[in-house]
Order: sequence, then C-alpha cells, then structure tokens
Amino acid sequence: MQFNGKVIRYGDNVDTDVIIPARYLNTSDRAELAKHCMEDIDANFADKVKNGGTIIVAGQNFGCGSSREHAPAAIKAGGVELVIAESFARIFYRNAINIGLPIVELPALCQITEEADEIAADMDSGVIENKTKGKTFAAAPFPPFIQTIIEAGGLLNSLNKEETK
Amino acid sequence: MPMTLTQKILAAHCGREEVKSGDLIFADVDLTMGNDITASAAIAEFNRSAAKKAADPNRIVMVMDHFVPNKDIKAAEQCKTCRSFCREQGIDKFYDVGDMGIEHTLLPDKGLVTAGDLVIGADSHTCTYGALGAFSTGVGSTDMAYAMASGKVWFKAPAAIRFVLRGKFQKNVSGKDLILHIIGRIGVDGALYRSMEFTGEGVKELEMCDRFTVCNMAIEAGAKNGIFPVDEKTLAFLKEHGAAEPKIYEADKDAEYEAEYEIDLSELEPTVAFPYLPENTRTVSEINEDIFIDQVVIGSCTNGRIEDLRRAADVLGNHKIADGVRAIIIPATQQIYLQAIKEGLIQRFIHAGCVVSTPTCGPCLGGYMGILAAGEKAVSTTNRNFVGRMGHKESQVYLASPATTAACAVAGKIISPNEVEG
Repeated sequence: MQFNGKVIRYGDNVDTDVIIPARYLNTSDRAELAKHCMEDIDANFADKVKNGGTIIVAGQNFGCGSSREHAPAAIKAGGVELVIAESFARIFYRNAINIGLPIVELPALCQITEEADEIAADMDSGVIENKTKGKTFAAAPFPPFIQTIIEAGGLLNSLNKEETK
Repeated sequence: MPMTLTQKILAAHCGREEVKSGDLIFADVDLTMGNDITASAAIAEFNRSAAKKAADPNRIVMVMDHFVPNKDIKAAEQCKTCRSFCREQGIDKFYDVGDMGIEHTLLPDKGLVTAGDLVIGADSHTCTYGALGAFSTGVGSTDMAYAMASGKVWFKAPAAIRFVLRGKFQKNVSGKDLILHIIGRIGVDGALYRSMEFTGEGVKELEMCDRFTVCNMAIEAGAKNGIFPVDEKTLAFLKEHGAAEPKIYEADKDAEYEAEYEIDLSELEPTVAFPYLPENTRTVSEINEDIFIDQVVIGSCTNGRIEDLRRAADVLGNHKIADGVRAIIIPATQQIYLQAIKEGLIQRFIHAGCVVSTPTCGPCLGGYMGILAAGEKAVSTTNRNFVGRMGHKESQVYLASPATTAACAVAGKIISPNEVEG
C-alpha cells in the first residue's frame, strides 16, 4: 500500500467526540457519519480532503474518549487514507486496525510536519517521506499478528478465513 | 516471571501459565456487552461476516441505554435491530425500556460480572467492572461482532501502573475526587495502553460505589483497565447481587510496575475538571473566580448509583436550587430509582426544583435530555468534558462529584460542598 497526499494537521488529544459528535450516532451509515467528521473543530475538513488532504497528522493520544468505531469509520469514509500520530488512544488504535484504516505511530515525523505538507508513505517498507520538508522516516512494522488482520482487510475478514479453513 | 493482577486474569483466559507485557493473545471472553449505538453497529458487522450463530448467547448482553427511551426515529431503528437480533440468536440478557439501566451500573447490579471474569464491552467505560476484581475493557463494534461469533478477543497484554492508597476520605470527598486527582496528576494519556492497579491500606476505606467510579474513569487516563483487589466489601457486593462464584487473583508481590504513585486519601479535596479535558483539574479551594453555571447533571455510569444520589441529597438538604439553574437527576437503574423513591430522595430533589429522569446516558454524551446551548456551562457528575460533549461546541462542562455538583446547583456557581450548610 502506498499513499500520497497533503496533510491535515491536528494537535494533541483529538477525541472521538470531535471526530464524530455523539449527536450523529443514531446511525452507523458511514457515508452519513463522514458528513459530520471533525465539524466541531474543523469546519473545513471535507473541503481539505477534497483538495487532496488525504493524510491526517496529529499529536499525542489521537482518538481518545469513546469506543465508538464510528470515529475511524467516519475518517475513512470521509476520504482520509492514512492517519499518522505521535500516539493513539488504545480503543481507537484497535478499531482502526479492525476496520482497515491504516494508522502509523511516528512522533519524529509528526513533530516537523505542518498543515498542507506533502507526504508519501510506503506502507510495505515503512518508509514515510515528508516531501515538503525533504525528510524521510522509517515506521516500525506492525507485529505479524496485526499484519494478518490488516492483510485480511479487517478483523471479521480474518474470522471468515479461519471459518473457511 | 511475576505477574500483575491484570496479567494473571489474562493468562487464565488464554490457557497460558503466564503472559507478559507486550504479548499478543487471543483470550476467551466471559461476557460481551454492547448498547443501542454500538451493538447495532456490531450486528451489521456480524451479519456481513461468515458467522451465522452466536458462539454462546448466554455470554452476550445488550443494554438499550444511550438514546433510550428512543430519542428519534433513527435511534428507534437501532434498538429494533438489537431487539430482533437478540430474539433470533436467543440472547436473553437483553435489557430494554422498563428493565434497562445504564449498562455499567446495571451489569454489576444484576450480578452478571464476578471477580476474575474477562469482560469486554463496546463502550469505553466497560473498564468499570475492575472494581469487582474483574478484567474489563472497552472495545469497538467489530471486536464485539468478532467476540459474539467466536467467543474470543485479541489483546496486547498491558504493562501496569500501581496506585498505593492510604488514609481515608474527609467529609464530602469521594471516589470521583480521587480519580479526578489521579487524571490531573498523570494526564489523559498518563496510563495509555496500561493497567491501573489500585492497592494499599486505603483500598478498604473505599466503598464499592467509589471503586466503580474510580475504575469507570480509568479510560480517561488512557488506561486499558483499572482494577481493585478483591476484599470483604467486594465479596459482600457479589453475594448481595447474586453474582457467580468469584475467582480471586492477586498480583505477585514482585510484579513489575512501570510507575508507582502514593496517594493519601485524607489529603484530597473536592476537585473539579475544567473544560475541555478531564486532566484540567483544580481543587475547588484553588478556584479564585466566580464560575456561574446554567445546568447540573447528577447521574451517568460514573455517578448514578444510590450512594451518589444520597450524597447529593445530603448536600442539597432543604435548599432550593439557584434561580436560573436547571438540575437534572438520573438514577442509573430502575432499582436505584425505586430505592431513591423509597428513601424520599426523589421527593427532595423535586421539591428543590430538580427534574428526575428515567435511566439514560442521554445528556452525558450530548445525545438528548439536557443539551447545552452556545456559551452555557454545566457542572456534571459525568466523565468527559471534551468540546461539544454535552451540546454546542461553545458550551462547557465541568466534571465533579455528586456532593460538589449538588452544592453548585444550590449556589448557582462552582463551590465546595463544605460551603453549603444542610
């Protein structure tokens, strides 16, 4: 998997209530959720994605708060292909893996990256480049266990594989 | 290798002698829980998967509590999805309007969790049951679907932080003040991916209601779980609520902890978390300005137990709530509601000018039943004060204990419960 895109930059502790406010959780329709993604902290989110902002770069503890899987689902359905953060809250981390939203913990890259920087990420080699800044970083690979889930396209697909063995 | 209390429970649930921090495991789940928002999403995933039947319907619980009684047509559809699924799959532990309550109060009160259990819930506050000496943690809807289908869940075994408690609370200080103090000290990611294990002489001074509140908010420090050792109070609670035979685990004496904090309970004071993070804590005595408020909420999975209502009512005494303040009281379950009526608490709340609601999570997450307008401020016994959490993105939520929240309702501004004379 390779991703090229412009950065939408957020700070620390972006919580699931701002990723997708609970007032919209009366549906789990992903396209519907995507319409409201980030609206309380970034009214221009959808426009930024439309203009090529397909990579979120954030600070520490991204996705803290609720267990709502609607949060990574809204980000993914909203057109974001990759989230890079200094660290992720634990339920968001597993939810992203389980639904197949690519995420990377890479503090060194986050610390030099600004809004609208161009990023090129090669998920297979783990090499991620901030092209605007001309700097390249190596992300630690996922453990094989988690790679299996990602390669299957999510947790339930990995279950389907086990069932059909 | 010596293990923490959490690691022992995880090892027992994946058929291993030991697990250590960082091990990736598939564990057997004793109970999988979901609510109207997350279970409906889990059912959609389950139905898309190859699974046809739940692995064990007796190990699945669904509680309709977030937008229930149905706040709108879409919420009604979500409950209908859960209702039909439980009927088809033979899931008896389905709690709907009439016998539902807020999930994390309902499950222990119905005796569905016992010491030593491994419980997952598609709700971040599932960590509450650590108060009973169980390993419990919040997961997503896909995890819930997977556990319904297979009876299993994947985990990375966590490292742990130890909190050694001593002393006892002063008057009008409770578990909420303790956990707010801890989050203020270590931050909202201070326990990220880790267990918070509570120990020390002070544990025996904590009532079960306080232990539930403390474990409930472990997630607000980023923790995977919070957990208390089992003692006489735990065993009495489990017996009273008809829970299964407890399986008692203890941390090894030489277990490794990444950090250790000592807390003297007698030094704690009424504490408030300011917007927009639970770590923005100050003791009430440190607040030098008048913060006038528009609303209070007393309830939620954090503080909607009978003891919480009693503590609020004690502070309220015969006072009326201040002009211009809307006070919303939400007993967490039907049984608590009935008990509060029996003790005359509900009458006192209503005479004071509060409204009392049927159990619901409604206002805590800005769902319904107490939404804030732009610029409004609330003091609440709930667990999060993020941007837009209880309504408009320019509204503000201050988190506090039931005693402090009741005092604020009387004063119309943030004050200490010790300043309100009963």
